[in-house]
Amino acid sequence: MSATHATPSASTRETTEGTVYTVTGGDWDEVVAAASRADDERIIVNMGPQHPSTHGVLRLILEIDGETVTEARCGIGYLHTGIEKNLEFRNWTQGTTFVTRMDYLTPFYNEAAYCLGVEKLLGIEDQVPDRASVIRVMLMELNRLSSHLVAIATGGMELGATTIMIYGFRDREMILDIFELITGLRMNHAYIRPGGLAQDLPPGAVDQVRAFVKKMRKNLPEYDKLATGNPIFKARLQDVGYLDLAGCMALGITGPILRATGLPHDLRKAQPYCGYETYDFDVPTADTCDAYGRFLIRLEEMRQSLRIVEQCLDRLAPGPVMVEDKKIAWPAQLSLGPDGLGNSLDHIKKIMGTSMEALIHHFKLVTEGFRVPPGQTYTAVESPKGELGVHMVSDGGTRPFRVHFRDPSFTNLQSVAAMCEGGQVADVIVAVASIDPVMGGVDR
Amino acid sequence: MTEANGVNPDKDLNAENLPGSRGDQGEPIRVQRGMFGANNGGDTSGYGGLVRPVRLPGPASRPYGGWFDEVADELEGALEEQSLVPENAIEKTVVDRDELTFHIAREHLPRVARTLRDDPALRFELCTGVSGVHFPGDKGRELHAVYHLRSITHNRLIRLEVSVPDSDPHLPSIVDVYPTNDWHEREAYDFFGLIFDGHPALTRIMMPDDWQGFPQRKDYPLGGIPVEYKGAQIPAPDQRRSYS
Repeated sequence: MSATHATPSASTRETTEGTVYTVTGGDWDEVVAAASRADDERIIVNMGPQHPSTHGVLRLILEIDGETVTEARCGIGYLHTGIEKNLEFRNWTQGTTFVTRMDYLTPFYNEAAYCLGVEKLLGIEDQVPDRASVIRVMLMELNRLSSHLVAIATGGMELGATTIMIYGFRDREMILDIFELITGLRMNHAYIRPGGLAQDLPPGAVDQVRAFVKKMRKNLPEYDKLATGNPIFKARLQDVGYLDLAGCMALGITGPILRATGLPHDLRKAQPYCGYETYDFDVPTADTCDAYGRFLIRLEEMRQSLRIVEQCLDRLAPGPVMVEDKKIAWPAQLSLGPDGLGNSLDHIKKIMGTSMEALIHHFKLVTEGFRVPPGQTYTAVESPKGELGVHMVSDGGTRPFRVHFRDPSFTNLQSVAAMCEGGQVADVIVAVASIDPVMGGVDR
Repeated sequence: MTEANGVNPDKDLNAENLPGSRGDQGEPIRVQRGMFGANNGGDTSGYGGLVRPVRLPGPASRPYGGWFDEVADELEGALEEQSLVPENAIEKTVVDRDELTFHIAREHLPRVARTLRDDPALRFELCTGVSGVHFPGDKGRELHAVYHLRSITHNRLIRLEVSVPDSDPHLPSIVDVYPTNDWHEREAYDFFGLIFDGHPALTRIMMPDDWQGFPQRKDYPLGGIPVEYKGAQIPAPDQRRSYS
């Protein structure tokens, strides 16, 4: 038996413990020569899904030759939560609670796109009260600020510019405080509802937003001082992640990446919703097609968002925040009690004590929900990342038959290969940060 | 109460005696039974015997209104120039809720998409991807692939819809016309089992590679477990009482 295993480099001898092999070196010169002929600097690096600089659970598969990326591929799906499937098992109003969790940095856009779709299927777009639309616009623009602040903050952090990160999260915290005051939650609000809003602004909200706008106007130039003219920052961002207009069109890229190619395409101007045509604001563009251009656009968009928020505050007039139609409007009269937010005691007293019809109505709307006539619609809003589209199908029932979110992060992430291949490994981080993908939206 | 011809008018089910129903042209997708559409428990309203088909909006007739006619004319003209009979490619045109939908025969989809993108009068340069819909009640055309095309040049949005049967879920890929559809078609394959012929790498994108089944189909269960809350059992979401 021992004879069959013996080779010139591994002799054997028998001992009382059994056969012992003495293994000596093989012909290492041959192995080394063969290895050097292969010119094998090429390795495949698996970046993520657990890596702080990949924005959540994005997995990048990079084939690198020395410091050069020869192939870049994305692996996604690590945060897939089946929200679209779950929506088909809840009524139309409950849907907002799910969609707000998709792209968790832009919850109001998810809610608004969803609710605009339901309203279009119901044919009640014109009945949504003005006050509700103004508050929607205000919250969306504040949300644009908070989303861009995270994009800039994390983008800076990934370069090692931790001061930008601290500044970004500091300012975002003020916005989340406003959201908490208005909706009760910092994220995942479910505040925008089909037909209007869950409730009106609480006392003090307008003052706090005004104070924030004033403070933010003072803080925004700090980003300019810190980053815009900073030679190191510019050296890292300029000409990195290049994608021109033809590439954007082919890959379906929208948002700041598209506007960095010089095309001023913004759905708020092209296909206005929520009354955006009545607001005065500019669509910033750049012509550099690179990560630096996208950074500048995000900064400028924040200034424009502040302008819109101010206009919203000026035109906030008292009025209802939900459609008149009691067959659609959620029958809640919320108030703050000792145990948190809930239906007001007056409302409960009315439906339980004096109006049986109101009780039946309340019960049917809450347990069954409202019916939506059969058909389909596509509604799109300009989220901070690009075109957020909702394709929604109703079969005439109380639940959505199919809801599909065309999340801009999902589509924009396809450009990683085009932006990164042929560049340096370190530039992959910058390019991905300039796309600003949020995996909650990508994977849904 | 009996009329001259001997039929009680209350029981005459001839079409002219029944109330008109909205949108009786479109495909029936399901049947609504009873008054409240409850999926379990009795219907005590006395209207439990109601049976009503639910239909999607049916085909529209000319004029469609607004720029819809212009786009339809241009598309038909451009297809004729390529010696393609428009009626063969465009199965029907639906106008509903201010949105224009062309139902396209699957074999003609790439040609139609390319025409829509390249014709200067159409110029739908941006595709926002494909969304699958599963209609088990739409017999022979259960799986729908829905594309939304946006023209930035003309500021328009249209929808293409392609229907394929469950038994033969093949349709051509349009990745070479709109490269953005790469991931979108993979997603539609992953969730609905729509097979896009000609896609460069049609693999799962969200679900694990070895996953069995297509989760967004209507016959695929949601799953979930009952939850105990304050001593009561709350059934899983797909087991709860629901209304349609």
